[in-house]
Amino acid sequence: MDQEKILAIETSCDETAAAVVEGGTTLLSNVVATQMDIHQKFGGVVPELASRHHIEQITLVIDQALNEAEVTMEEIDAIAVTEGPGLVGALLIGVNAAKTLAFAHQKPLIGVHHIAGHIYANRLEQEFQFPLLSLVVSGGHTELILMKEHGDYEIIGETRDDAAGEAYDKVAKALDLPYPGGPVIDQLAHEGEETYDFPRSWLEKGSFDFSFSGLKTAVVNQIHQLKQKNEPISKANIAASFQASVVDVLVEKTYQAAQQYGVKQLIVAGGVSANRALRRSIQERFEGTNIAVSIPPLYLCTDNAAMIGAAASIQYRNNQYASLNLNAQPGLMIER
Amino acid sequence: MNILAIDTSNRPMSVALYHNETPLIEHTLNSKRNHSVQLMPAIDYIMKEVNIQPKDLSKIIVANGPGSYTGLRIGVTTAKTLAWTLNIPLVTVSSLELVAANLIYSSGLICSFFDARRGNVFTGLYRAQEGRLTEELPDQNIAMEEWLDRLNDFGEPITMVSPTEHTFSDMVYEILGKRAKWVTGHLSFPQAGQLVLLGKDREPVDIHTTSPQYHRLVEAEVKWLEKNAQNK
Ligand SMILES: [Zn+2]
Repeated sequence: MDQEKILAIETSCDETAAAVVEGGTTLLSNVVATQMDIHQKFGGVVPELASRHHIEQITLVIDQALNEAEVTMEEIDAIAVTEGPGLVGALLIGVNAAKTLAFAHQKPLIGVHHIAGHIYANRLEQEFQFPLLSLVVSGGHTELILMKEHGDYEIIGETRDDAAGEAYDKVAKALDLPYPGGPVIDQLAHEGEETYDFPRSWLEKGSFDFSFSGLKTAVVNQIHQLKQKNEPISKANIAASFQASVVDVLVEKTYQAAQQYGVKQLIVAGGVSANRALRRSIQERFEGTNIAVSIPPLYLCTDNAAMIGAAASIQYRNNQYASLNLNAQPGLMIER
Repeated sequence: MNILAIDTSNRPMSVALYHNETPLIEHTLNSKRNHSVQLMPAIDYIMKEVNIQPKDLSKIIVANGPGSYTGLRIGVTTAKTLAWTLNIPLVTVSSLELVAANLIYSSGLICSFFDARRGNVFTGLYRAQEGRLTEELPDQNIAMEEWLDRLNDFGEPITMVSPTEHTFSDMVYEILGKRAKWVTGHLSFPQAGQLVLLGKDREPVDIHTTSPQYHRLVEAEVKWLEKNAQNK
């Protein structure tokens, strides 16, 4: 079969990214211009600033993606872009650039869901086995998504308040640690011990939903108490205890869901899947089961365009094209 | 030479195709709908109407601000991506100059402005003379009251023009008195064809690094700068 080449663009948050993916599984190039250092001093992503930087980077990044893949626009079969969810002003840059390229070269245009992208990042490493469960954990998402076939998504659990990554950022802030909190807390937790018994929120029996706001409050209260008593605060121990609580709940709920739905493969996706404790704990819990565990390499966990190209491949084969009136959809749902 | 001109700086959206200095088609709308949805289909439409393919384009001219941040980014992203991928020159023109250009065949001072909320405007002062515009005061973001005091110093009649809704009429008459003249209706709206006449012979910009002229820092940056100035 002829393998299609897709040029993919992703600008949903603070990375300007473009990639060329062949046949949904082969990476020809993957260019990411991160704005991390720009937003760091503000303690979080500033949407207007993100949009301003995307527009300065967009053609450079696309140019580099084509060059590194050693393909011309004529050889590209379709243009894919993240249409949502994300920051609307940021999404608009990618969407309008993609529409322009599709128009200028008369190529099919494909709008991709950002989370579908995170899941399909794994297909650049390993073929999918259905039914498949994905744990999607990032700054904006904590979801368990069941897939029975390509392009078919069912949310069986999601967070009722904070996303896991959001809880990390808030705890980091309470500990006077820099943004983003995930990598810093992961590193500190590595050096500390679980000395505090922070709550684990299991919610009602049988539920695969998550809740992290109670945990975040418990951690903040603990820090407050220690400060009032003038007791030394071991950031490493608090980080280790907090992380243990998050990982316990994520892993156990994922395991239960995987058993209940009889899945053949588990995928961990999204920025938080870079977390070492989560990776280790998932591997341990699923050891001895016949469920294949896939966690993408770090460069495919964080936002990138290769994952958008991988997800777009399925839509390309199903002729699911967008028209030139495609818009950014900040609240786009994954379920159809 | 086929030139495509684009303006999405404010609520109106205007696109035009020229062959050298001859207009082929111009399409302007003023609706509350989204430029992101409408711009690309509008370009597609005008090009099909006059049977010009994307590869037949030889230059893109875009109004690059000031104006609505989102609107500007839609127009500029589209313009720079198109110019880059077709490997043709990109020229930028001030969005305020574009509106002032409606009065290019008049004579005297023209103040074009866009409402920027909380008593502020994006504005510039131009002089029309013998079919040409020159800049008298550069485009800026300023409190309208302060701006009008500066205009008053010129002691000349000034034609005021704005495509945005605003509440500055009383203030203008108070400060400039009878020297203020207003242009409303058709001539207060941007028409992309004027971009061609203004920009066709201008120096092209560097496509990759081009971004809108916002004339205002991001709020978070302003606060951060203030905070860090205090801490010093
Ligand atoms: Zn993401």
